[in-house]
Amino acid sequence: MTKVAMKVNGRQVSGEVEGRTLLVHFLRENLGLTGTHVGCDTTQCGACTIHMNGQAVKACTILAAQAEGTDIVTIEGIATGGELHPMQAAFKQHHGLQCGFCTPGMIMASIDIVNRHGSDLDEQTVRHELEGNICRCTGYHNIVKAVLAAAGAQEQRQAAE
Amino acid sequence: MYETNYHRPSSVEEAVSLVGSTESGKFLSGGMSLLPAMKQRLAAPSDLVDLRHVEEMKGITVNGREVRIGGAVTHFEIKNSDEIKSVCYGLHHMASVLGDPQVRYMGTIGGSVANNDPAADYPAAMIALDATIHTSKRAVKASEFFVGLLETVLDDDEIVTAVSFTAPEISGYEKFRNPASRYAMCGVFVAKTGSTVRVGVTGAGADGVFHWDEAAQALSANFAPDAVANLSVDPGGMLSDLHGSSEYRANLVKVMAKRAVASAK
Repeated sequence: MTKVAMKVNGRQVSGEVEGRTLLVHFLRENLGLTGTHVGCDTTQCGACTIHMNGQAVKACTILAAQAEGTDIVTIEGIATGGELHPMQAAFKQHHGLQCGFCTPGMIMASIDIVNRHGSDLDEQTVRHELEGNICRCTGYHNIVKAVLAAAGAQEQRQAAE
Repeated sequence: MYETNYHRPSSVEEAVSLVGSTESGKFLSGGMSLLPAMKQRLAAPSDLVDLRHVEEMKGITVNGREVRIGGAVTHFEIKNSDEIKSVCYGLHHMASVLGDPQVRYMGTIGGSVANNDPAADYPAAMIALDATIHTSKRAVKASEFFVGLLETVLDDDEIVTAVSFTAPEISGYEKFRNPASRYAMCGVFVAKTGSTVRVGVTGAGADGVFHWDEAAQALSANFAPDAVANLSVDPGGMLSDLHGSSEYRANLVKVMAKRAVASAK
Protein backbone atom coordinates (compact mmCIF):
# COMPACT_ATOMS: atom_id res chain seq x y z
CA MET A 1 0.00 0.00 0.00
CA THR A 2 1.18 3.51 -0.76
CA LYS A 3 -0.10 6.84 0.36
CA VAL A 4 -1.42 9.24 -2.27
CA ALA A 5 -2.36 12.88 -1.86
CA MET A 6 -4.09 15.16 -4.32
CA LYS A 7 -6.56 18.01 -4.50
CA VAL A 8 -10.12 16.93 -5.32
CA ASN A 9 -12.77 19.58 -5.97
CA GLY A 10 -10.65 22.15 -4.16
CA ARG A 11 -10.08 20.03 -1.08
CA GLN A 12 -6.72 18.42 -0.18
CA VAL A 13 -7.28 14.66 0.25
CA SER A 14 -5.12 11.63 0.88
CA GLY A 15 -5.53 7.88 1.23
CA GLU A 16 -3.89 4.48 1.19
CA VAL A 17 -4.01 2.69 -2.18
CA GLU A 18 -2.55 -0.37 -3.87
CA GLY A 19 -0.24 0.19 -6.82
CA ARG A 20 -3.00 -1.09 -9.11
CA THR A 21 -5.81 1.07 -7.68
CA LEU A 22 -7.42 3.08 -10.47
CA LEU A 23 -8.14 6.75 -9.91
CA VAL A 24 -11.86 6.15 -10.51
CA HIS A 25 -11.94 3.58 -7.68
CA PHE A 26 -10.06 5.93 -5.37
CA LEU A 27 -12.63 8.66 -6.09
CA ARG A 28 -15.65 6.40 -5.72
CA GLU A 29 -14.62 4.05 -2.94
CA ASN A 30 -12.18 6.04 -0.80
CA LEU A 31 -13.74 9.46 -1.22
CA GLY A 32 -17.36 8.42 -1.82
CA LEU A 33 -17.59 10.55 -4.97
CA THR A 34 -19.82 8.18 -6.91
CA GLY A 35 -20.84 10.71 -9.56
CA THR A 36 -17.90 9.51 -11.66
CA HIS A 37 -19.11 6.30 -13.33
CA VAL A 38 -17.48 3.17 -14.73
CA GLY A 39 -19.26 2.16 -17.92
CA CYS A 40 -16.81 -0.11 -19.69
CA ASP A 41 -13.53 -1.89 -19.15
CA THR A 42 -11.85 -0.80 -22.34
CA THR A 43 -11.26 2.98 -22.07
CA GLN A 44 -13.89 3.68 -24.70
CA CYS A 45 -17.08 4.88 -23.03
CA GLY A 46 -15.89 8.01 -21.20
CA ALA A 47 -18.39 7.74 -18.30
CA CYS A 48 -15.43 8.12 -15.91
CA THR A 49 -14.21 11.42 -17.42
CA ILE A 50 -12.85 13.87 -14.84
CA HIS A 51 -10.49 16.84 -15.08
CA MET A 52 -6.86 16.33 -14.03
CA ASN A 53 -4.86 19.55 -13.95
CA GLY A 54 -7.56 21.12 -16.13
CA GLN A 55 -7.63 18.37 -18.78
CA ALA A 56 -10.47 15.89 -19.38
CA VAL A 57 -9.10 12.38 -18.87
CA LYS A 58 -10.52 8.90 -18.24
CA ALA A 59 -10.20 8.07 -14.55
CA CYS A 60 -10.58 4.34 -15.29
CA THR A 61 -7.28 4.33 -17.17
CA ILE A 62 -5.14 6.29 -14.73
CA LEU A 63 -3.70 4.83 -11.56
CA ALA A 64 -4.44 6.68 -8.35
CA ALA A 65 -0.66 6.78 -7.87
CA GLN A 66 -0.25 8.56 -11.23
CA ALA A 67 -2.59 11.29 -9.95
CA GLU A 68 -0.39 11.96 -6.90
CA GLY A 69 0.03 15.72 -6.53
CA THR A 70 -2.54 16.66 -9.20
CA ASP A 71 -5.61 18.88 -9.10
CA ILE A 72 -8.75 16.80 -9.79
CA VAL A 73 -12.25 18.08 -10.53
CA THR A 74 -15.19 15.67 -10.69
CA ILE A 75 -18.85 16.19 -11.59
CA GLU A 76 -19.50 16.92 -7.90
CA GLY A 77 -17.15 19.91 -8.05
CA ILE A 78 -18.52 22.04 -10.89
CA ALA A 79 -21.72 23.58 -9.52
CA THR A 80 -21.30 26.74 -7.45
CA GLY A 81 -23.42 26.77 -4.34
CA GLY A 82 -26.88 25.69 -5.41
CA GLU A 83 -26.36 26.84 -8.99
CA LEU A 84 -25.70 24.32 -11.74
CA HIS A 85 -22.68 24.79 -13.99
CA PRO A 86 -23.89 26.21 -17.35
CA MET A 87 -23.11 22.85 -18.98
CA GLN A 88 -25.26 21.00 -16.42
CA ALA A 89 -28.05 23.54 -16.89
CA ALA A 90 -27.88 23.15 -20.68
CA PHE A 91 -28.07 19.33 -20.48
CA LYS A 92 -31.17 19.74 -18.29
CA GLN A 93 -32.77 22.35 -20.52
CA HIS A 94 -32.12 20.53 -23.80
CA HIS A 95 -32.92 17.07 -22.45
CA GLY A 96 -29.36 15.91 -23.14
CA LEU A 97 -29.85 12.71 -21.15
CA GLN A 98 -32.25 9.88 -20.67
CA CYS A 99 -30.95 7.21 -18.27
CA GLY A 100 -28.21 9.56 -17.08
CA PHE A 101 -25.41 7.02 -16.77
CA CYS A 102 -23.08 8.66 -19.30
CA THR A 103 -24.02 12.19 -18.26
CA PRO A 104 -21.28 13.01 -15.70
CA GLY A 105 -18.61 11.99 -18.22
CA MET A 106 -20.40 13.79 -21.06
CA ILE A 107 -20.54 17.00 -19.03
CA MET A 108 -16.89 16.86 -17.93
CA ALA A 109 -15.78 16.16 -21.52
CA SER A 110 -18.04 18.91 -22.87
CA ILE A 111 -16.69 21.52 -20.44
CA ASP A 112 -13.20 20.65 -21.68
CA ILE A 113 -14.33 21.04 -25.31
CA VAL A 114 -15.69 24.52 -24.59
CA ASN A 115 -12.54 25.40 -22.61
CA ARG A 116 -10.49 24.66 -25.74
CA HIS A 117 -12.80 26.00 -28.44
CA GLY A 118 -14.74 28.77 -26.68
CA SER A 119 -18.03 29.71 -28.26
CA ASP A 120 -16.48 29.16 -31.68
CA LEU A 121 -18.00 25.69 -31.90
CA ASP A 122 -19.99 24.02 -34.65
CA GLU A 123 -21.97 20.82 -34.64
CA GLN A 124 -19.34 18.83 -36.53
CA THR A 125 -16.61 19.80 -34.06
CA VAL A 126 -18.75 18.87 -31.06
CA ARG A 127 -19.55 15.47 -32.58
CA HIS A 128 -15.88 14.78 -33.39
CA GLU A 129 -14.73 15.92 -29.96
CA LEU A 130 -17.29 13.73 -28.17
CA GLU A 131 -15.75 10.66 -29.78
CA GLY A 132 -14.47 9.46 -26.41
CA ASN A 133 -17.92 9.39 -24.81
CA ILE A 134 -20.62 6.85 -25.57
CA CYS A 135 -24.34 7.36 -24.94
CA ARG A 136 -26.74 4.47 -25.58
CA CYS A 137 -29.99 6.41 -25.10
CA THR A 138 -30.11 9.80 -26.70
CA GLY A 139 -28.67 9.30 -30.17
CA TYR A 140 -26.47 12.30 -29.26
CA HIS A 141 -28.67 14.96 -30.93
CA ASN A 142 -29.75 16.65 -27.71
CA ILE A 143 -26.30 16.31 -26.17
CA VAL A 144 -24.82 18.18 -29.13
CA LYS A 145 -27.57 20.81 -28.82
CA ALA A 146 -26.80 21.23 -25.10
CA VAL A 147 -23.06 21.64 -25.68
CA LEU A 148 -23.63 24.24 -28.40
CA ALA A 149 -26.07 26.15 -26.18
CA ALA A 150 -23.76 25.96 -23.17
CA ALA A 151 -20.70 27.13 -25.13
CA GLY A 152 -21.87 30.74 -25.04
CA ALA A 153 -23.07 30.59 -21.43
CA GLN A 154 -19.87 28.97 -20.12
CA GLU A 155 -17.74 31.64 -21.77
CA GLN A 156 -19.87 34.37 -20.17
CA ARG A 157 -19.46 32.80 -16.74
CA GLN A 158 -15.68 32.56 -17.16
CA ALA A 159 -15.49 36.18 -18.28
CA ALA A 160 -17.48 37.23 -15.21
CA GLU A 161 -15.13 35.32 -12.89
CA MET B 1 -5.70 -6.08 -12.75
CA TYR B 2 -2.97 -7.96 -10.93
CA GLU B 3 -1.08 -6.13 -8.24
CA THR B 4 1.85 -3.98 -9.36
CA ASN B 5 4.27 -1.48 -7.82
CA TYR B 6 4.32 2.10 -9.04
CA HIS B 7 7.52 4.17 -9.38
CA ARG B 8 8.00 7.80 -10.44
CA PRO B 9 11.56 8.55 -11.61
CA SER B 10 12.66 11.99 -12.78
CA SER B 11 15.42 11.02 -15.22
CA VAL B 12 15.97 8.47 -18.00
CA GLU B 13 18.91 7.02 -16.10
CA GLU B 14 16.86 6.52 -12.94
CA ALA B 15 13.99 4.97 -14.96
CA VAL B 16 16.32 2.48 -16.67
CA SER B 17 17.92 1.43 -13.41
CA LEU B 18 14.52 1.08 -11.71
CA VAL B 19 13.19 -1.26 -14.40
CA GLY B 20 16.44 -3.22 -14.29
CA SER B 21 16.01 -3.83 -10.56
CA THR B 22 12.50 -5.31 -10.89
CA GLU B 23 11.27 -8.80 -11.62
CA SER B 24 9.21 -7.99 -14.72
CA GLY B 25 8.83 -4.22 -14.65
CA LYS B 26 7.58 -2.14 -17.58
CA PHE B 27 7.80 1.52 -18.50
CA LEU B 28 4.48 3.36 -18.22
CA SER B 29 4.06 6.35 -20.50
CA GLY B 30 0.53 7.68 -21.08
CA GLY B 31 -0.81 4.23 -20.20
CA MET B 32 -3.56 4.35 -22.83
CA SER B 33 -2.60 0.90 -24.17
CA LEU B 34 -0.75 -0.68 -21.24
CA LEU B 35 -3.33 0.00 -18.53
CA PRO B 36 -6.29 -1.37 -20.58
CA ALA B 37 -4.14 -4.45 -21.32
CA MET B 38 -3.40 -4.83 -17.60
CA LYS B 39 -7.08 -4.44 -16.73
CA GLN B 40 -7.84 -7.35 -19.03
CA ARG B 41 -4.94 -9.29 -17.48
CA LEU B 42 -3.24 -9.49 -20.87
CA ALA B 43 -0.20 -7.90 -19.19
CA ALA B 44 0.93 -8.24 -15.60
CA PRO B 45 4.17 -6.34 -15.00
CA SER B 46 5.51 -6.61 -11.44
CA ASP B 47 6.33 -2.89 -11.51
CA LEU B 48 5.39 0.21 -13.49
CA VAL B 49 7.97 2.94 -14.02
CA ASP B 50 6.16 6.16 -14.90
CA LEU B 51 7.91 8.24 -17.60
CA ARG B 52 5.54 11.22 -17.46
CA HIS B 53 7.74 13.14 -15.04
CA VAL B 54 11.03 12.74 -16.91
CA GLU B 55 11.81 16.31 -17.94
CA GLU B 56 14.44 15.40 -20.58
CA MET B 57 11.79 13.48 -22.58
CA LYS B 58 9.47 16.48 -22.93
CA GLY B 59 9.27 19.21 -25.53
CA ILE B 60 9.09 19.73 -29.29
CA THR B 61 12.00 21.41 -31.12
CA VAL B 62 11.69 22.66 -34.68
CA ASN B 63 14.82 24.12 -36.31
CA GLY B 64 14.05 25.01 -39.91
CA ARG B 65 12.80 21.67 -41.20
CA GLU B 66 14.52 19.57 -38.54
CA VAL B 67 11.99 18.27 -36.01
CA ARG B 68 12.63 16.55 -32.71
CA ILE B 69 9.78 15.39 -30.48
CA GLY B 70 10.44 14.09 -26.96
CA GLY B 71 9.19 10.61 -26.16
CA ALA B 72 6.91 11.89 -23.38
CA VAL B 73 5.20 14.45 -25.64
CA THR B 74 1.44 13.81 -25.76
CA HIS B 75 -0.76 13.61 -28.84
CA PHE B 76 -2.50 16.75 -27.58
CA GLU B 77 0.79 18.66 -27.47
CA ILE B 78 1.55 17.66 -31.07
CA LYS B 79 -1.97 18.63 -32.16
CA ASN B 80 -1.59 21.89 -30.27
CA SER B 81 1.84 22.76 -31.73
CA ASP B 82 1.73 25.58 -34.28
CA GLU B 83 5.31 24.70 -35.26
CA ILE B 84 4.40 21.10 -36.13
CA LYS B 85 1.31 22.36 -37.96
CA SER B 86 3.41 24.70 -40.09
CA VAL B 87 6.17 22.21 -41.03
CA CYS B 88 4.37 18.85 -41.14
CA TYR B 89 0.65 18.92 -41.91
CA GLY B 90 0.38 15.12 -42.03
CA LEU B 91 1.70 14.52 -38.51
CA HIS B 92 -0.38 17.38 -37.12
CA HIS B 93 -3.51 15.98 -38.74
CA MET B 94 -2.66 12.49 -37.46
CA ALA B 95 -2.40 13.76 -33.88
CA SER B 96 -5.78 15.45 -34.19
CA VAL B 97 -7.60 12.29 -35.31
CA LEU B 98 -5.75 9.89 -33.03
CA GLY B 99 -7.84 8.28 -30.28
CA ASP B 100 -10.22 10.74 -28.62
CA PRO B 101 -9.62 14.00 -26.69
CA GLN B 102 -9.20 12.23 -23.34
CA VAL B 103 -6.70 9.76 -24.80
CA ARG B 104 -4.80 12.55 -26.58
CA TYR B 105 -4.15 14.31 -23.25
CA MET B 106 -2.46 11.22 -21.81
CA GLY B 107 -1.03 9.14 -24.67
CA THR B 108 2.51 9.86 -25.85
CA ILE B 109 4.38 9.46 -29.12
CA GLY B 110 7.18 7.52 -27.39
CA GLY B 111 4.73 5.09 -25.83
CA SER B 112 2.88 4.52 -29.10
CA VAL B 113 6.08 3.97 -31.08
CA ALA B 114 7.50 1.60 -28.43
CA ASN B 115 4.26 -0.40 -28.23
CA ASN B 116 3.98 -0.75 -32.04
CA ASP B 117 0.35 -1.79 -31.98
CA PRO B 118 -0.64 -2.99 -35.49
CA ALA B 119 -3.43 -0.37 -35.52
CA ALA B 120 -1.37 2.50 -34.05
CA ASP B 121 -1.09 5.64 -36.18
CA TYR B 122 2.42 6.96 -35.48
CA PRO B 123 4.38 4.00 -36.89
CA ALA B 124 3.01 4.86 -40.39
CA ALA B 125 4.27 8.43 -39.97
CA MET B 126 7.67 7.33 -38.67
CA ILE B 127 8.15 5.04 -41.70
CA ALA B 128 6.99 7.65 -44.24
CA LEU B 129 9.02 10.43 -42.62
CA ASP B 130 12.10 8.17 -42.54
CA ALA B 131 12.34 9.17 -38.88
CA THR B 132 15.06 8.29 -36.42
CA ILE B 133 13.94 6.71 -33.15
CA HIS B 134 16.19 7.80 -30.29
CA THR B 135 16.38 5.46 -27.32
CA SER B 136 18.22 5.39 -24.01
CA LYS B 137 20.86 3.22 -25.76
CA ARG B 138 21.04 4.20 -29.44
CA ALA B 139 19.47 5.85 -32.48
CA VAL B 140 17.66 3.58 -34.95
CA LYS B 141 16.01 4.29 -38.30
CA ALA B 142 12.23 3.66 -38.20
CA SER B 143 12.58 1.13 -41.04
CA GLU B 144 14.76 -1.02 -38.75
CA PHE B 145 13.00 -0.16 -35.48
CA PHE B 146 9.61 -1.81 -36.15
CA VAL B 147 9.98 -5.58 -36.28
CA GLY B 148 6.46 -7.06 -36.25
CA LEU B 149 3.10 -6.93 -34.48
CA LEU B 150 3.74 -5.27 -31.09
CA GLU B 151 7.46 -5.92 -31.64
CA THR B 152 10.38 -3.53 -31.98
CA VAL B 153 14.15 -3.75 -31.56
CA LEU B 154 13.81 -2.33 -28.02
CA ASP B 155 15.31 -4.26 -25.11
CA ASP B 156 13.21 -4.60 -21.96
CA ASP B 157 15.16 -1.83 -20.23
CA GLU B 158 15.31 0.54 -23.24
CA ILE B 159 13.22 3.72 -23.52
CA VAL B 160 12.17 5.68 -26.60
CA THR B 161 13.41 9.11 -25.50
CA ALA B 162 12.63 11.04 -28.72
CA VAL B 163 11.91 10.83 -32.44
CA SER B 164 13.43 13.11 -35.06
CA PHE B 165 12.94 13.70 -38.77
CA THR B 166 13.37 16.20 -41.56
CA ALA B 167 9.95 17.66 -42.33
CA PRO B 168 8.78 16.84 -45.86
CA GLU B 169 7.51 19.51 -48.26
CA ILE B 170 4.10 17.86 -48.44
CA SER B 171 2.52 15.24 -46.22
CA GLY B 172 -0.88 13.70 -45.56
CA TYR B 173 -2.53 10.97 -43.52
CA GLU B 174 -5.87 9.26 -43.93
CA LYS B 175 -7.27 6.26 -42.14
CA PHE B 176 -10.30 4.04 -42.27
CA ARG B 177 -11.60 3.44 -38.77
CA ASN B 178 -13.28 0.42 -37.40
CA PRO B 179 -16.80 1.77 -36.83
CA ALA B 180 -16.93 0.37 -33.27
CA SER B 181 -13.43 0.58 -31.80
CA ARG B 182 -12.41 3.54 -34.02
CA TYR B 183 -8.94 2.03 -34.42
CA ALA B 184 -7.38 2.25 -37.87
CA MET B 185 -8.22 -0.76 -40.04
CA CYS B 186 -5.85 0.88 -42.46
CA GLY B 187 -3.99 4.18 -42.27
CA VAL B 188 -1.68 5.59 -44.93
CA PHE B 189 0.85 8.39 -44.45
CA VAL B 190 2.43 9.94 -47.54
CA ALA B 191 5.42 12.29 -47.44
CA LYS B 192 6.96 14.08 -50.43
CA THR B 193 10.24 15.98 -50.61
CA GLY B 194 11.50 16.96 -54.07
CA SER B 195 10.83 13.94 -56.25
CA THR B 196 11.10 11.48 -53.37
CA VAL B 197 7.88 10.07 -51.96
CA ARG B 198 7.53 7.67 -49.04
CA VAL B 199 4.37 5.77 -48.09
CA GLY B 200 3.83 4.27 -44.62
CA VAL B 201 0.92 1.87 -44.07
CA THR B 202 -0.47 0.88 -40.67
CA GLY B 203 -3.38 -1.29 -39.53
CA ALA B 204 -3.39 -3.54 -42.57
CA GLY B 205 -0.13 -5.49 -42.85
CA ALA B 206 0.10 -8.99 -41.36
CA ASP B 207 3.57 -8.08 -40.04
CA GLY B 208 2.55 -4.62 -38.86
CA VAL B 209 3.56 -1.29 -40.33
CA PHE B 210 5.27 -1.33 -43.75
CA HIS B 211 6.57 0.92 -46.52
CA TRP B 212 4.57 0.50 -49.73
CA ASP B 213 7.40 0.62 -52.26
CA GLU B 214 5.32 0.42 -55.47
CA ALA B 215 3.11 3.32 -54.45
CA ALA B 216 6.15 5.39 -53.48
CA GLN B 217 7.64 4.81 -56.93
CA ALA B 218 4.42 5.62 -58.76
CA LEU B 219 3.85 8.76 -56.68
CA SER B 220 7.44 9.90 -57.19
CA ALA B 221 6.70 10.05 -60.92
CA ASN B 222 3.25 11.59 -60.50
CA PHE B 223 2.05 12.80 -57.09
CA ALA B 224 -1.67 12.39 -57.76
CA PRO B 225 -4.35 10.02 -56.41
CA ASP B 226 -4.71 8.39 -59.84
CA ALA B 227 -1.05 7.34 -59.80
CA VAL B 228 -1.87 4.43 -57.47
CA ALA B 229 -5.15 3.51 -59.19
CA ASN B 230 -3.61 0.70 -61.23
CA LEU B 231 -1.48 -0.76 -58.45
CA SER B 232 -2.58 -3.78 -56.53
CA VAL B 233 -1.71 -4.91 -53.03
CA ASP B 234 -1.15 -8.62 -52.39
CA PRO B 235 -3.85 -9.79 -49.93
CA GLY B 236 -1.38 -12.50 -48.84
CA GLY B 237 0.50 -9.90 -46.80
CA MET B 238 -2.59 -8.40 -45.15
CA LEU B 239 -4.23 -8.96 -41.78
CA SER B 240 -7.48 -10.85 -41.76
CA ASP B 241 -9.88 -10.85 -38.81
CA LEU B 242 -13.57 -10.54 -37.98
CA HIS B 243 -13.46 -6.84 -38.89
CA GLY B 244 -12.26 -7.38 -42.45
CA SER B 245 -10.74 -9.96 -44.76
CA SER B 246 -7.25 -9.59 -46.21
CA GLU B 247 -8.78 -8.77 -49.63
CA TYR B 248 -10.84 -5.99 -48.02
CA ARG B 249 -7.75 -4.55 -46.32
CA ALA B 250 -5.68 -4.80 -49.51
CA ASN B 251 -8.25 -2.61 -51.22
CA LEU B 252 -8.35 -0.22 -48.25
CA VAL B 253 -4.59 0.36 -48.52
CA LYS B 254 -5.07 1.69 -52.05
CA VAL B 255 -8.12 3.78 -51.18
CA MET B 256 -6.47 5.34 -48.12
CA ALA B 257 -3.31 6.05 -50.13
CA LYS B 258 -5.40 7.92 -52.72
CA ARG B 259 -7.14 9.92 -50.01
CA ALA B 260 -3.86 10.72 -48.23
CA VAL B 261 -2.40 12.07 -51.49
CA ALA B 262 -5.56 14.05 -52.21
CA SER B 263 -5.56 15.68 -48.77
CA ALA B 264 -1.78 16.18 -48.47
CA LYS B 265 -0.52 19.72 -47.84
